[in-house]
Amino acid sequence: MGNLLTVAYLVAATLFILSLGGLSTQETARRGNYFGVFGMGVALLVTLFHPDVGTYGYVFGATVIGGGIGALLASRVAMTAMPELVALLHSFVGAAAVLVGYSTFLAPPHELAGVEKVIHDIEIFLDVAIGAITLTGSIVAWGKLSGRMGGRPLLIPQRHTWNAAAALTCCALVIPFSFGGEGFGLAMLVAMTVIAGALGAHLVLAIGGADMPVVVSLLNSYSGWTAAAAGFMLGNDLLIVTGALVGSSGAILSYIMCEAMNRSIWNVVFGGFGTGEAVAAGPRPDQPQGEVEPIEIDPLAELLRDAESVIVVPGYGMAVAQAQHAVQEFSEGLRKAGKQVRFAIHPVAGRLPGHMNVLLAEAGVPYDIVLEMEEINEDFPETDVVLVIGANDIVNPGALDDPTSPIYGMPVLESWRAKTCVVLKRSMGAGYAGVDNPLFVHPHTRMLFGDAKDSMSRLVSALRG
Amino acid sequence: MRVAIPRETFAGERRVAATPDTVGRLKKLGLQVRVQTGAGAEAGFSDDAFADAGAELVDSTTALYDGADIVAKIRAPSDAEIAELPKGVVLIALLWPLQNPDLVEKLAAAGLTAISLDRIPRISRAQKMDVLSSMANIAGYRAVVEAANLLPRFMGGQITAAGKTPPARVLVIGAGVAGLAAIGAARGMGAEVFAFDTRAAVREQVQSMGAKFLEVQIEESGEGAGGYAKVMSKEFIDAEMALFREHAPRTDIVITTALIPGKPAPKLWLADMVERMQPGSVVVDLAAAQGGNCEGTVPDEVAKHHGVSIVGYTDLTSRLPAHASQFFARNIVHLLSDMGGGELKVDLDDEVVRAATCVHAGEVLPPPPPPEPSPPPPKQEERAHVAGPKKAEVALPENVRWAFAGLGAVLALSIGMYAPDDFVQHFTVFILACFVGWQVVWNVTPALHTPLMSVTNAISGIIVIGGFIQAGANRDQTATWLAAVAILFASINIAGGFLVTERMLAMFRKGA
Repeated sequence: MGNLLTVAYLVAATLFILSLGGLSTQETARRGNYFGVFGMGVALLVTLFHPDVGTYGYVFGATVIGGGIGALLASRVAMTAMPELVALLHSFVGAAAVLVGYSTFLAPPHELAGVEKVIHDIEIFLDVAIGAITLTGSIVAWGKLSGRMGGRPLLIPQRHTWNAAAALTCCALVIPFSFGGEGFGLAMLVAMTVIAGALGAHLVLAIGGADMPVVVSLLNSYSGWTAAAAGFMLGNDLLIVTGALVGSSGAILSYIMCEAMNRSIWNVVFGGFGTGEAVAAGPRPDQPQGEVEPIEIDPLAELLRDAESVIVVPGYGMAVAQAQHAVQEFSEGLRKAGKQVRFAIHPVAGRLPGHMNVLLAEAGVPYDIVLEMEEINEDFPETDVVLVIGANDIVNPGALDDPTSPIYGMPVLESWRAKTCVVLKRSMGAGYAGVDNPLFVHPHTRMLFGDAKDSMSRLVSALRG
Repeated sequence: MRVAIPRETFAGERRVAATPDTVGRLKKLGLQVRVQTGAGAEAGFSDDAFADAGAELVDSTTALYDGADIVAKIRAPSDAEIAELPKGVVLIALLWPLQNPDLVEKLAAAGLTAISLDRIPRISRAQKMDVLSSMANIAGYRAVVEAANLLPRFMGGQITAAGKTPPARVLVIGAGVAGLAAIGAARGMGAEVFAFDTRAAVREQVQSMGAKFLEVQIEESGEGAGGYAKVMSKEFIDAEMALFREHAPRTDIVITTALIPGKPAPKLWLADMVERMQPGSVVVDLAAAQGGNCEGTVPDEVAKHHGVSIVGYTDLTSRLPAHASQFFARNIVHLLSDMGGGELKVDLDDEVVRAATCVHAGEVLPPPPPPEPSPPPPKQEERAHVAGPKKAEVALPENVRWAFAGLGAVLALSIGMYAPDDFVQHFTVFILACFVGWQVVWNVTPALHTPLMSVTNAISGIIVIGGFIQAGANRDQTATWLAAVAILFASINIAGGFLVTERMLAMFRKGA
């Protein structure tokens, strides 16, 4: 029986790996998801036959209720609200890890002594600590992403010192926890949970809105590590493997996001970027020169009729304005008129890695005209019209040629190299990073002011007329 | 504001600085246009066409310049023309101020502002006004046409009942704008094209035009300031000469386009190379005006040496006057538009205007500092290393790195020596799984990063089995309840994660 369980876990782990592997291309992605479902099914089923599992009432009850809530959430969520949902789901993993940690502490599977007990205690501590950080961090991220909390970072004085102190205290508490008595140990565990929770919340509170993609992928990573820690705690290889898979996945996503902003992970988490420090530097002497040139709907429609090739650069503003359907209608119309229309996606566009792709897919834009930055950046000079919809920092030329710019060195979509670049924008405000954008006054740029959805709909009708 | 377009007086100059099309564009910018009668005749633009486009036509230069603010022409004005130009006018033409200091003095004495089109810097913003590029393109094309005209052989290969002939072999030296245009034209006529350039950066451009890129086996970059080539070392030139000598007997047409700014054209195709070529072959020297790349070039003539024709025309662009005028005139429209159109002013704070202005209101302006070298944009990786704010860098000092490595070794050692078997086994699994995850996830396409997150969300709900074990064991009431709540949360994740992933993936569809 014991071996059967191990083999079943091996099967489940393999299916999870295949599941992630399936996501490498759109063609195999759905199969990948089914592998994941199947793997989960195998894992749950065989765990019911685990030698320790004797009563089933709680297990079935909780699974059915939780599954129901999950299904409801998944079917209700709007695609623009994906970042919130993902953050919320991370917090559930954190919560589950904390609870399982406490449960294991209260009712250990078997009695341990000596080094084994110390290691087990450390494992419990680690599981609960990462779980608590994930839990509170994700709740704050969810609050910020869903607009329930302001996007402005909270910067308390000496925050690095506080963070370091909290982390050190958490580590130190493991000693009295392991060597104190039962009741004392519980008190230590609770104290550590509270401190770790505060640390998680504070870390995310200090991060500005534009850095949310990194934070969400980082929390994704944490939720994996916490599952792995639970695996160590329970001596369960499947949890360890799955946790490690998810942890690496989140880590890679965070790395990709940081790379796309030309910043180190430390700078994102501790740098307080886009937080007022950059703005506090004040208006720089070399403010972008030149005039903003507005354009109206009709001349723009004229421009588009003459254009051969068009690239659309969507940003978070498109999601906020819910403009993706109007954008789809627009691109479909131009494509029917025989023009080449493509979408250029910056790795950190939106509030979640790949967020723009999902929104465009929802609106019905075929994925093979939605290209990544590396694939399309060289094509801008041969492009007639670029439409920048609700994006700002990811199209900022200052990132390439202005060493004083806070985002200097970040790879950007070089939309200004096109013959004409039209920027849809609500008003002349700076981006989330609080950085001036010389694109707006670039000689190739025209500004179309107004709500993105409204502008796109009017543009679609102007093109028809 | 009024723009005056005179007839060109330079012998053999057939181009004109405006076309009926650009007259319309200038008027849209808010400028009045006056054209001297017959100005476009040689280029195929009749006076009527100019008049239809809205230009005012006058015959005498006196009438032309009366009240003019801007004079746009191709060639530098002769002394007689300078005398006629009104004081304070803005003259726009190809003046070559560095080569013609006397001319600059005369223009200054006449109290003009002179903008020299050849001084427009080679930066992205100024590409649309870059006359040298647009003219080089035409010269490159025309060089091939002249060569094909003189060549007693086919350009493209032939296979006929009377026998077959191979395609002509064309060697283009210097793959700038002119060189690339020549490659394109020669390829279009069916020839086999080879190209040589000291700048390795142009290799891809050469290949994209369908030519083979010749190289010498010496590492040296010829990349100089402003996208031009620089002077190369002796070793490099020796190797280059050897390469040319090797190719000479098999080459039907040589087109040389090598220029180094401010210096006489380098001699690249020497007399002995000409002698090695088959009789009837052709050399076209695009650098003839700057002294020539070929020994034996006579400016404005076709010289013969050992049966090889050496074309030294300096007026190749004028030999394609219609399109040369069109491009030139468009460049001028863009320049005037950039300078403010109807409210034109000579803004010396503008990088482009400053570089091109050699005389301002009667005063000689020294040339601005040369542009920064290396126009090709840095590669992605290099860019990534151009760190932005320095605070981002957490560079670990050497000893700290060693300390970390030592710590890792001690950790590994103590795990190996003291940790129980179980832990070591789990630890092995953990490390291997991290690497598997690392490998697998790198392959995920960025477009699917959101589904990746939701599916990892679902599978990190695997923590539910921890809950199963704890709740199912039912050892302690509180512990069981806690585990049950954990199961609840984790199963929200499992169901929610998988379902929302499915929802998203179902939306991705391929274009028709």
